[in-house]
Amino acid sequence: MRRLLPLWRRRYDGRGVSTLALRRPAAVAVRSGATVTLSHGAGGKAMRDLIRDVFVAEFDNPLLATLDDQARVDLAALQAMGNRLAFTTDSYVVDPLFFPGGDIGKLAVCGTVNDLAVGGATPLYLSCAVIIEEGLEIETLRRVAHSMAKAARKAGVSVVTGDTKIVNRGACDKLFVTTSGVGVIPAGRHLDADLAEPNDCVLVTGCLGDHGAAILAARGDFALETPIVSDCAALHGLIAALLKGAPETRFLRDATRGGVATVLNELAESSAVGIELTEADLPINEPVRGLSEVLGLDPLYLANEGKLVAVVPEAQARAAMAALRGHPLGSDAAIVGRVVAGPPGRVTMRTVLGGRRIVDMLVGEQLPRIC
Amino acid sequence: MKYVDEFRDSAKAAALLSEIEALVQAIGRDATRPLQIMEVCGGHTHSMFRYGIEGMLPAGIELVHGPGCPVCVLPVGRVDDCVAIAETDGVILATFGDAIRVPGSQKSLMQAKADGADVRIVYSPMDALTLARAHPERWVVFFGLGFETTMPATALTVLQAEREGIGNFSVFCNHITIVPTIKAILDSPDLHLDGFLGPGHVSMIIGTQPYEFIAGHYNKPMVVAGFEPLDILQSLWMVLRQIKDGRCEIENQYARVVAEGGNAAALDAVGRVFELRDSFEWRGLGAIAHSGVRPREAYARFDAERIFAVPNASLADPASCQCGDVLKGVLKPRQCRLFGTACTPETPVGALMVSSEGACAAYYRYGGGAMTDAA
Repeated sequence: MRRLLPLWRRRYDGRGVSTLALRRPAAVAVRSGATVTLSHGAGGKAMRDLIRDVFVAEFDNPLLATLDDQARVDLAALQAMGNRLAFTTDSYVVDPLFFPGGDIGKLAVCGTVNDLAVGGATPLYLSCAVIIEEGLEIETLRRVAHSMAKAARKAGVSVVTGDTKIVNRGACDKLFVTTSGVGVIPAGRHLDADLAEPNDCVLVTGCLGDHGAAILAARGDFALETPIVSDCAALHGLIAALLKGAPETRFLRDATRGGVATVLNELAESSAVGIELTEADLPINEPVRGLSEVLGLDPLYLANEGKLVAVVPEAQARAAMAALRGHPLGSDAAIVGRVVAGPPGRVTMRTVLGGRRIVDMLVGEQLPRIC
Repeated sequence: MKYVDEFRDSAKAAALLSEIEALVQAIGRDATRPLQIMEVCGGHTHSMFRYGIEGMLPAGIELVHGPGCPVCVLPVGRVDDCVAIAETDGVILATFGDAIRVPGSQKSLMQAKADGADVRIVYSPMDALTLARAHPERWVVFFGLGFETTMPATALTVLQAEREGIGNFSVFCNHITIVPTIKAILDSPDLHLDGFLGPGHVSMIIGTQPYEFIAGHYNKPMVVAGFEPLDILQSLWMVLRQIKDGRCEIENQYARVVAEGGNAAALDAVGRVFELRDSFEWRGLGAIAHSGVRPREAYARFDAERIFAVPNASLADPASCQCGDVLKGVLKPRQCRLFGTACTPETPVGALMVSSEGACAAYYRYGGGAMTDAA
């Protein structure tokens, strides 16, 4: 990607100056303090201005700036990077839109980048479709777009196509974002949920449940002040480091909704193996533990947005740990369990007390207990 | 975490377990005729499964998971009434989170919410009162649930609403009391229990004195227990000591929280606001005399049952459901003919599969007794 970017700039920019410097919104046609109305979605001038001044200005790349109905990508450049295309999509509906450690925009970029990266792909291009509830402040939209652009730049990806729809008040909640992503998987790289084998080590790349706990606390439904910050981050750099240190890594998954417990259950089922966790080895930040204790929640099921579950052959576990811990996003990485022969599909845990229990899939959402 | 990790120490657990094993041997019981000890409170059930305690105990002890999950024992007819209130125009129904999945005869509150009812999850009845203040044009109904543990908070909220003159707040009261229920279980002819772990949180409110009849009249030992794993192991050890010594007493392991006389201020609020019902229906156990409360006449204007017309139907549990036998320890969850087939956490038929604290749901989810090292 870093190799490709300068190429586009030369080809499309034509001025030999960094596009980043050029495309700051010089004249703001959309008034600040204004809100989005249905006329912004009517396909006319208001809509064009909104798209230009908010999204095109922020996302700032030549593929998007043409405002064509599609981004056109040169295949030869992609083929040089690998032999398979990875393609993914995800919708983001978080409430609140802004939370400690991130916002819906950062989430929408990092989440889709991660969905590409856990398959071993180098993430390249994103689309961005937004559904906006009328009445949303344009400034809010601008902040989200700015955050997306910042996250995309940091991750080295470009938002190259998009769509905007405005719906009546009540037809959606403030702002929904959908991003699709395209990346290229290098030849010879195979990561899959059916590759885990007995004796493999199960790793997590950091403390569990930060995002889920941060969102719960940020909703303000209970008067708890916490220092919990979402772990929302793009993980392809961490993954590259891991795959360099432990090239035989068998499986990677970002432990989002449903948390680590859900990922491991899916893995155990796909690989027809059992998994044994050791509770004492699970890294969990103290404030997240505290919140979970108070509300009767289990951090194993809380969402993460910057943590991976990795399965690595025992022989490469040390190298994997060293690689992860050497990266800023993996400093709390830990070996938390082991793949066993069976019973297939079952995840169990050795509890801190020394007992054992099943770690099952959740039936629905995790709900606080009353007593 | 301070004051938490100390109660989860594996070395101390191992020491307690070896003493428990020695006591069971001394008492002379084994897997063929195990000692049956019932924990009354759903919080204990949850902890036992959460830490895998059942699988660590010697085969001569069998834990019987009692009726102490207030969400589980809520009868179908009461859920239907609550759904009917929630679906009344202008109502905001405020509920604790784990009650919204409990199935009624037609639907749960979660389904009612999806169908358009305004159902909100709150973490305290005071949150419901805040909703009432914020929406003076709406009726805010709090779904009051739980044993004596949660009863004082509901009572204090009603008193607060009275003080502030808030007219759009009421409680759909399903609060229940533990003592008549323990008595009903003890009166059951097919019962073989050898002792009880007493409910820690309930006892924090009512104290230990109300349980004296269990030791005095029924000759069963009880130890009021805390909720951390070492609390539970120590309490089991205390019950076994009583059995070995031939004593039947009400002992208090949870003295750091539970006072013998309970909490006078909480009891006073409960007594001012609530009165005993003649009878209340329990899912799995049927009607039990004096086992529920409702607002007194003086607080009738805060009683949703008096304000809203509800179907108030008494609906029998499905005939195939064996929750009652599981609650009394006659059957283990796995021995129920519906367990894991017709009755699962996704599609609960019986009370005990409904909430995560229900014995069957916990067995299903955490593996229950089968989860020993050999498994």
